[in-house]
Amino acid sequence: MASEEAPSGLQIHPMDQFVVKPLFGGDTIYWYTPTNVTLWMALAVLCVVLLLVIGTRGRAIVPSRIQSVAELAYGFVYKMVEDVSGKDGLKYFPYIMTLFIFIVFANFLGLIPTSFATTSHIAVTATMAMAVFLAITILGIVKHGVGFLSIFWISAAPLALRPVLALIEVISYFVRPVSHSIRLAGNMMAGHAVIKVFAGFAGVLGVGAVAPVAAIASIYALETLVAFIQAYVFAILTCVYLRDALHPHH
Amino acid sequence: MEGDIVQMGAYIGAGLACTGMGGAAVGIGHVVGNYISGALRNPSAAASQTATMFIGIAFAEALGIFSFLVALLLMFAV
Repeated sequence: MASEEAPSGLQIHPMDQFVVKPLFGGDTIYWYTPTNVTLWMALAVLCVVLLLVIGTRGRAIVPSRIQSVAELAYGFVYKMVEDVSGKDGLKYFPYIMTLFIFIVFANFLGLIPTSFATTSHIAVTATMAMAVFLAITILGIVKHGVGFLSIFWISAAPLALRPVLALIEVISYFVRPVSHSIRLAGNMMAGHAVIKVFAGFAGVLGVGAVAPVAAIASIYALETLVAFIQAYVFAILTCVYLRDALHPHH
Repeated sequence: MEGDIVQMGAYIGAGLACTGMGGAAVGIGHVVGNYISGALRNPSAAASQTATMFIGIAFAEALGIFSFLVALLLMFAV
């Protein structure tokens, strides 16, 4: 609808930045077509490799700057898994480290102007959240068998309340992948859309555009924080779910 | 004509679903506010509870996300 307006009017297309386009022209997108999503996800993987593989190649006792950043990230996630999931959760540390570091780089690369925020697509985050959900359900069933169902049966509550609580627990268990994925995608999408809306204001205000540009600068700072916090929240929730799978008895 | 009324209802509903954001805002503010007041009483215990605070924020935020989900469903699925 907005495209029918005169070019001089207020033009805001906050969602145009999320359109998936094939990289090398053409219109149809098959499953193997390289698109801007694939490009920016590959760049995120490239950054991870640069930081964690190339950056730590020296194996120096006194680390270089890049190696100390990599060690900092490693130690941060390691401590998080140990604190939240417990000692026996450390076996699954590589998976959580992979998720965290990939989401961090995908979020930060998405913040570069004219780049593409891959994590703002529910298709991307839902894949990761479903993988976590399936992995944790299978892990719980393999580890505890039928006893895994005691995750829904809260023995600390009064007996009369337990069936009601069990129903609520079942619902909240199966809603996990939904909230897990939309939290990340929604936060990234909303932040980028807000920036685009303010950019639209700047286009028509002339000299007064200073105000929206200043607002964009402050929102951008906030989005940098959000990009990290959402990756942290995604990883820490994975740790919480992992703890539930390892110790289902409340 | 009937289709127009359905679409109007969907748009109004999507707008109303946005009021769910207020609930999430209250929840997150409550979690963080209580964390800060606790942290100022006992700063030495604050660092160990940051993760708990973020988990609490995530759970409070989940309810706001469901209102966002309802708005999305009304806009694109109904």
